[in-house]
Amino acid sequence: MPQIFPKKANLLPVLSLIGAGAGGVFAIFFVWYYFSPEYTDVGYMPEQPVPYSHALHVGQVGIDCQYCHSNVESSAHANIPPTQTCMNCHSQIKTDSPKLLPVRESWATDLPVEWINVHMLPDYVHFSHQVHVKNGVGCETCHGRIDQMEVVRQVEPLSMGWCLECHRQPELYLRPNDQVTTMGFVQPADFVERNAQRIIDEQILPPTNCSACHY
Amino acid sequence: MSSKRTDILQAATVAEQSDDPLLVHGGLSFHDITDLVSYHTEKKTPVAWLGAFALANIGLLTLVACIAYLFWNGVGVWGLNNPVGWGYAIVNFVFWVGIGHAGTLISAILFLFRQKWRTGINRSAEAMTIFAVICALVFPGIHVGRVWAAYWMLPIPNQMQMWPQFKSPLLWDVFAVSVYFTVSLVFWYIGLIPDLASLRDRAKTSLRQKVLGFFSMGWTGANRHWRHYEKAYLLLAALATPLVLSVHSVVSFDFAVSVVPGWHTTIFPPYFVAGAIFSGFAMVVTLLVIARRIYGIEDIITVDHLEKMNMIILLTGTMVGFAYITEFFIAWYSGVQYEQYAFKNRAFGPYAWAYWTMMSCNLIFPQFFWVKKLRRSVPFMFVMSIFVNIGMWFERFVITVTSLHRDYLPSSWDYYTPTMIDVLTLIGSFGLFFTLFLLFLRFLPMVAMAEVKGVMPEADPHFYGHGDGQAHAHPPTLSPTVD
Repeated sequence: MPQIFPKKANLLPVLSLIGAGAGGVFAIFFVWYYFSPEYTDVGYMPEQPVPYSHALHVGQVGIDCQYCHSNVESSAHANIPPTQTCMNCHSQIKTDSPKLLPVRESWATDLPVEWINVHMLPDYVHFSHQVHVKNGVGCETCHGRIDQMEVVRQVEPLSMGWCLECHRQPELYLRPNDQVTTMGFVQPADFVERNAQRIIDEQILPPTNCSACHY
Repeated sequence: MSSKRTDILQAATVAEQSDDPLLVHGGLSFHDITDLVSYHTEKKTPVAWLGAFALANIGLLTLVACIAYLFWNGVGVWGLNNPVGWGYAIVNFVFWVGIGHAGTLISAILFLFRQKWRTGINRSAEAMTIFAVICALVFPGIHVGRVWAAYWMLPIPNQMQMWPQFKSPLLWDVFAVSVYFTVSLVFWYIGLIPDLASLRDRAKTSLRQKVLGFFSMGWTGANRHWRHYEKAYLLLAALATPLVLSVHSVVSFDFAVSVVPGWHTTIFPPYFVAGAIFSGFAMVVTLLVIARRIYGIEDIITVDHLEKMNMIILLTGTMVGFAYITEFFIAWYSGVQYEQYAFKNRAFGPYAWAYWTMMSCNLIFPQFFWVKKLRRSVPFMFVMSIFVNIGMWFERFVITVTSLHRDYLPSSWDYYTPTMIDVLTLIGSFGLFFTLFLLFLRFLPMVAMAEVKGVMPEADPHFYGHGDGQAHAHPPTLSPTVD
């Protein structure tokens, strides 16, 4: 009986074996990277109703984060400032700027500006700004160099693994409480030892159990 | 030709006189067997098959629709609530995994024990195993209603840096069942290769020849091929044998490792394994009683085969029944009031109807098989096998639901009722099962032709030389299949 397949078909089993192995590895890598917020969320930069520049207000003018986001120390949420906060200055400065039209409208109508949330966590995660800010996690650590952003974008993945990296080794990330809002903070050479000591002294014990955040 | 026929008939007479009865009846020759089995994969699709397939497909679509509805709405569409958080999904999972145990038992354990009668039924039993395990695997995937999180069951690196709980039997379950599925599939496929090659050589069209040629992996029936094949088969049988025992042991840990009264018992692993073999054989009987009739292979799958399976059903059914009674004894002997209550509640509580269904189907009815006449009666065993299937489904229902609906906290006691979606999902899983099984019957040889030929007296190298069947009285010891 003649052969059905040519001789080079003998390569097929070997190739399919290699293909299956490589395919398996690729599938795992694919899920691990492309399904992660590091790929899907980092760089999210929505256009805001007011072309507000953090680079100008924080970087050049030097306004502290807490001037506008005034509740970070006492609330779970870092509040978006009300129109009144903008008008503290803008009732005097650039009062006829067309860019500020939505702000003046909001001021006149008493309806808030509809800012778009950039850093979004799933509903089943309970994150509190207060506890992080009070224990020396800098704004910059999670939000990046806000002072250099014309438009705010997400720079960290905010994935659970990313949270856990700090919760497992907080000494690598903490900074003195008076430097929390500093942008471009440079850690002293012995910061790991200092943080380790502080963690013991102040009993900073970031939890890694499920119900710490999912409750 | 006619002298050959006489030879065979003569051998048949000799063999019938010896203590080794003939496994194949009707004086079939090797060629007859190939013809008889291959024909069903080569003929035009019968209308009856199309009808059955359409019916099975309706079931399959029901399953798909129920699952889609579940994913869209969440597990609220099921009857689950506190305190019964495990309902039909788990019951169905354990039921189907249990069914899946007969195939590997027949193909691996009976192979190692040189039970030649396995050859008539092993192909379809293994197919049934694989399809039952597929049905079972559906349920862990859907039972939380969040399919997008299904990959959490496997240790895959992920952005959450989250790993499965290696201390949990639910994870062991994932490994046990997936290993079982893989080994069963490979075992089944290796066994198919010589038969696929037979079909290839009979193929009339080029496409059929190519497809079968691809899957028969260049099999020529050379001596070297047979040597490798039998070695691989033996090794896989050895690998699959511990799995028959381990898989359902691990499934039983899902219950036994917890501290719920009625679950927390050390008897669970052996009792689950016995129950699995019990239900698996019942399913094999249900399917083969019909298939052998429709496909006219009653001479290959004979009443002797069916009787042997019924003996196993009788044995394992009695073992399961013994376990039920032992549980009661241990509950009383433990002196633990929760344990005692759990069992009293099972037999006489609100789910007594389910308990007594289970008891009668699993322990009482199979006792009829002590009577040889009933054991060999095809209609009787068919009805009985259906009863066993029902009984074993109810066993899992009784274990899962009765223990949960009344545990330590009387204030949360409740009565669990399934919803329509629960019931339709169960029915739909049968649709999936029969869809796959009908495809198997249509496109693959439903009997392991090469193996059946191997246990016939003509397979003995001295058969034609002496023609007295002498060699047959001393069966070869090296391999129970082809020598």
